[in-house]
Amino acid sequence: MPTSFDRSTIDTFLDDIHPHLGERILFDARHVRWFDPNGLLGLLVGGTIARDAHGALPRLELPEQGEVASYIGRMGFFEAARGVFDFDEPQRRTGGGASDVLLEITPIGTHGDVHHVVDRVQGKASSILSSKLNYSAAAAVPFAVILSEVCQNIVEHAEAPGWVAAQSYFWKQRLGRQVVVISVMDVGRGFRGSLEGEHSARYGDRWSDVTSLEAAFLHGLTRFPDSGRGQGIQQMRKQVRKWNGAISIRSGTARIAQVPEWDDAPPLVDGMKPIPGALITMVLPAKDDPS
Amino acid sequence: MTDRPLDGVAIDVQAVLDGIGDPIMQQSVSLHSYLVTRPTGRAVRMAIEAQLPGPGRVALSVIDFSEVRLIDYSCADEVVAKLLQRYLEAGEPDAYFVFRGIGEAQWEQIVSVLERQGLAAVHQNESGSFELMGVRSDAEHSVWLRLEGEGAVEPEGVQALFDGDADDAVLNSILNRGLAFRAPQSGRLHALSRLVEHLL
Repeated sequence: MPTSFDRSTIDTFLDDIHPHLGERILFDARHVRWFDPNGLLGLLVGGTIARDAHGALPRLELPEQGEVASYIGRMGFFEAARGVFDFDEPQRRTGGGASDVLLEITPIGTHGDVHHVVDRVQGKASSILSSKLNYSAAAAVPFAVILSEVCQNIVEHAEAPGWVAAQSYFWKQRLGRQVVVISVMDVGRGFRGSLEGEHSARYGDRWSDVTSLEAAFLHGLTRFPDSGRGQGIQQMRKQVRKWNGAISIRSGTARIAQVPEWDDAPPLVDGMKPIPGALITMVLPAKDDPS
Repeated sequence: MTDRPLDGVAIDVQAVLDGIGDPIMQQSVSLHSYLVTRPTGRAVRMAIEAQLPGPGRVALSVIDFSEVRLIDYSCADEVVAKLLQRYLEAGEPDAYFVFRGIGEAQWEQIVSVLERQGLAAVHQNESGSFELMGVRSDAEHSVWLRLEGEGAVEPEGVQALFDGDADDAVLNSILNRGLAFRAPQSGRLHALSRLVEHLL
């Protein structure tokens, strides 16, 4: 596993699992020194793919560095990893959430889970968004709304459970400023699977992971004929753009992104190794300090 | 029918949320105080509909969002857009709605779902004045504002509402979209704001 496990390394990590599917895989995280929410959820997705392909729990060796192990404990990784990995859970864990943990890893399988996420995030979001990102106090509302919509995407479309997590940290390399990273992942049927029955015929031979992502991400299509559907992703894109943030969705073999000027990620990637479900990432950068 | 044939109902959305009868939803909404997710919105809309008069009666409702702290797009679509759509299927509606207390925390979500569905609604803002939210043409807005200023207009005075591009078609559009009320017998036009005074 990469030593830094985040948005930039998760694709390679998931691609690297593929040749070994069907074997019992050892996930060696002993030398990982950095996880962001994408890394933690990506590890859960990778473990789930390996487990389902082999039929037994893959082995996970936890990070040796104390701070890293403590952090992933605070993020609720050990609870989420039960049933996904075979691992030696540490005896002692640091209690309480760190101040920069906006939302610990939270399973999403029902609409009740979405209510739970919105309830949990309300108090912290207001203080973290204003103190760390210099957003207005009112930003907690649209933040909770996009979290609600992105989590509902799992419940309404994935037909399989998923997870959400969010954290604030200082992103030194690329931005040199504080960011909030939101990660939402599931191991369901993906965008192509969700839209196939309703829309694939119209696309004919062009129907693919790319066209299905474009249909949902750019045009707001859903599998429901109801014209009120499909607003969630569109409104997420709009809100993230307002905050000069980045949002991307990887599903199947493709990834689509809305890329701000500070990011050099490509807006569309195809030809990656297929994964089940969807990986949604949002990065919200701090505004300039008003002082 | 008299000139005030409407059955008035004042509905506090938060109270509806607190009192939803479905045990599953009741559990959900009593544990979680925010208006999020489609099932919650659907339950709130059904509870609102249950408070409206039955077939053959025309309803006038004030839907109060003052106590709602947060609503997401999915829930707004279920509570507001689908509620309006249900009563706007053909001709002049059999239910009229005035929304009130939609603050900054709910405004964008509710306007977005109205715009997506091509709907408009009458809203009483915090200052107590009434406004149109959602999709409306300039001509519709102009006629609506004039009627709002007058409160009520006799049939023979309808032409006074028209200015610029406005004409009978614009007035009919306002009526069919549930933004004003025409008494069936007298033909008198009423601004919804005046009709809901006793409900506020």
